[in-house]
Amino acid sequence: MKTLFEKSIAGRGSVYLPECDVPKITLSADLSRKTNARLPELSENDVSRHYSELERRAYGVNNGFYPLGSCTMKYNPKIDEKVAALSGFAEIHPLQPIKTAQGCIEVLTRSEKLFCEITGMDAMTFQPAAGAHGEFTGVLLIKKYHEMRDEGSKRTKVIVPDSSHGTNPATAAMCGMTVVSIPSGEDGCVDLEKLRQAVGEDTAGLMLTNPNTLGIFDKNILEITKIVHEAGGLCYYDGANLNAVMGLVRPGDMGFDCVHLNLHKTFATPHGGGGPGSGAVGCKAFLAPYLPIPLAVSANAEQSLNADFAESIGKVKSFYGNFLVLVRALTYILTLGREGIPYAATHAVLAANYFKKRLSEKYTIAHEGICMHEFVMTLENEAKQQGFTAMDISKALLDRGIHPPTMYFPLIVHEALMAEPTETESKEALDEAADIFLAVYDEAVKNPELMHTLPQKTPIRRPDEVSAARNPRLRWSAGE
Amino acid sequence: MGHYLSITEDQKAQMLSAIGLNSTEELYSAVPSELVLKNGLDIPSGLSELEVLREMSSLAAKNKVFPTIFRGAGAYRHYIPAIVSAVNSKETFVTAYTPYQAEISQGILQSIFEYQTMICELTGMDVSNASVYDGASAAAEAAAMCRERKRTKTLVSSAAHPDVISVIKTYCWGANAEMLIIPEKEGLTDIDALRGMLDETVSGVYLAQPNFYGLIEDAEAIGRLVHEAGAKLIMGVNPIAAALIKTPAECGADVAVGEGQSLGMPLSFGGPYLGFMAATSAMMRRLPGRIVGETTDTDGNRAFVLTLQAREQHIRREKASSNICSNQALCATTAAVYLAAMGPEGLKNAATQCLSKAHYMAAEISAISGFSLRYKGEFFHEFVTECPVSHEALFDALEEKGILGGLPLKDGGILWCATELNTKKEIDLLVSVLREVSEK
Repeated sequence: MKTLFEKSIAGRGSVYLPECDVPKITLSADLSRKTNARLPELSENDVSRHYSELERRAYGVNNGFYPLGSCTMKYNPKIDEKVAALSGFAEIHPLQPIKTAQGCIEVLTRSEKLFCEITGMDAMTFQPAAGAHGEFTGVLLIKKYHEMRDEGSKRTKVIVPDSSHGTNPATAAMCGMTVVSIPSGEDGCVDLEKLRQAVGEDTAGLMLTNPNTLGIFDKNILEITKIVHEAGGLCYYDGANLNAVMGLVRPGDMGFDCVHLNLHKTFATPHGGGGPGSGAVGCKAFLAPYLPIPLAVSANAEQSLNADFAESIGKVKSFYGNFLVLVRALTYILTLGREGIPYAATHAVLAANYFKKRLSEKYTIAHEGICMHEFVMTLENEAKQQGFTAMDISKALLDRGIHPPTMYFPLIVHEALMAEPTETESKEALDEAADIFLAVYDEAVKNPELMHTLPQKTPIRRPDEVSAARNPRLRWSAGE
Repeated sequence: MGHYLSITEDQKAQMLSAIGLNSTEELYSAVPSELVLKNGLDIPSGLSELEVLREMSSLAAKNKVFPTIFRGAGAYRHYIPAIVSAVNSKETFVTAYTPYQAEISQGILQSIFEYQTMICELTGMDVSNASVYDGASAAAEAAAMCRERKRTKTLVSSAAHPDVISVIKTYCWGANAEMLIIPEKEGLTDIDALRGMLDETVSGVYLAQPNFYGLIEDAEAIGRLVHEAGAKLIMGVNPIAAALIKTPAECGADVAVGEGQSLGMPLSFGGPYLGFMAATSAMMRRLPGRIVGETTDTDGNRAFVLTLQAREQHIRREKASSNICSNQALCATTAAVYLAAMGPEGLKNAATQCLSKAHYMAAEISAISGFSLRYKGEFFHEFVTECPVSHEALFDALEEKGILGGLPLKDGGILWCATELNTKKEIDLLVSVLREVSEK
């Protein structure tokens, strides 16, 4: 398909602005750019059709089943979009006088109260723009905590299990910490002995998801957080997998000191093809003085912003975060309420277990037993003995109109496929998808060679990623 | 209670039976019983869609939507052509995940590739990433890109946006790296002071163009100085002004970043906005986050993929160039649609109108006694005046007329902004209110 630049015709364009009604000014020549930016010249119809064509060549939750593990691709309610577009939110300047932005600040204070209750934390910030940004903020709180106790230079190690998201070790490194990776036990959970050996006077903290990336709730969680606390470290909860337990179990009660939530996963805000998300961070009261400034405060029905925290880690983003994403998440929480939130979690777990049961007819499940919101399959034997891989299964699913599960993650399972159906899929959708997964498996057993040639019905076939990386073409240029 | 589930009670029973369970409680048998919330969440019961719409609308109604805005300071109200929201609200663009599966994600990947191309065109730089969170975090990531083993210190102009300075500071502290502020002189980065601060430990220098006061810096001279000292130049640019002002590439920048909100995003009480990042080819592999590249598929057809992933957290873990995963993809698409609709002439026209209206407004305001222009340098669409009356009296009087005045500064001045949206009539009204209040 042609790019916008190849559709450009010199002299074409739309007029959106009136004539300038004041005398025209030009910059002095020595400050001016030499040539115009070569933006495409298009009619509005050209632009409209271009993006309609691009939309047809993309795949969203609205197009079909999206069991992308650890991403919680649940249905995105349309009322959330309508609310976020209200001019009383969308047209508010972030530096308007406080008295003219009471509703916006109330969104912050009400959300803080609700999310504190959901997580078992005492304070929240909504400044982080995504999960990894939340992790960064949370680990900085831990860093600050140790600095304030004059242990900053000593406590520099962050423990992460080998099943963790890649963002966990990357975050620790950005916070000037050294990563200590500990292997998981046979059961996929934290190996308590290994953890005891890993902690010490140099431990800053532990980063953990629970349920973990294998979809297992770590039953030893209270013991785990105790071990870390007794060594003087703090516990960070990566909220990427909260959907399994929201409203039922709280990170704060598990012994965690701070947590981030992915509002674009658990709280149904759309993912936008890779953002904007929101990585709200909650913490226990003793960490609250270190939160990014300003903090929203509600007192006597009066909303205000308080930046007067001398011990704050500072700001991690301009203004107050991805505010309109929070507006959507608040709308979602008000809709589901006290009954709906645990109800959604339970159904997410039910859907995952049902889907796992159906697939286990042919696929090898990495860890037996009841799973939480997601589960991991391994195609290790098939890859070794039958000549098809997790990648082949994924590509075959594309031809059948299904978004594949997360591939090759977690790293501790070979030939992994990680599936998370979410609570918003119907039984019929799960059954239909399971039938397709099983049929694809049969097809692969019969004809593994054919699998390497799939997909065939998608807008493109398998791309050459090696030459993309070796010979990077990262922008369009006229020579093509 | 509203919800978005479609499993009926009968189906629930069938599904439980299929997995050999009697109740949904048994799904949580691995959870220690002392951890399970006994009385549920202490939050209100769920609401119907209509109730929640009323509730949220009443919150929105507690905010004042100003018909006229003369405040910028990092968040700007521009005209957004209708095509922009028509495109960025397309359901597939809204609900898709990060385009990991290239075969069914060409639409997302191509839109980012086109966005990257436009950012390269605006900045003159060689390569762009797929976006980061906002202009401030882009600046902080750029500072990290420039750090080397022996050069770890970042210098930041005090004439940059306070939030940008604050975010760079936080990121530098996190990385155990030093950050120092370059003083300002007459509203501009003090070049002599900078000269004295540059040494073999400085990795990067951040400069805002135009700066927080709206002034245009002598970026080329600063760039030469920075490079002579062996450090790298990071420029934070306004993307509308970029249509007119000398590009970061022309000024010798190694990394160009900026806040892309002006490219089709509403004010939104501060977000979601768009952090754009572009660099020279030499710095390409240090860029954080997603990057889309062009390649071919097995049939030889054009294909777009996420590329250079060996920099990223999911491959490199603690050795990654950044931890960033989700970025602001839909905002990047928004910016691309905005730029495609405006075109080169349209963007230039919008920029010229910003410039012209700000100058008309500056001349009119500074003609009022006590409202003199504070700085004499050339400016784009923001400028600082003194203010002879109390901020409160002034802003209350403006608010009565539906006008959000400029940003009051702590030292008593006011930072004004005009965009193409402000008519001469609005500016004249503003000036008459200022005159009235100051003559009282």
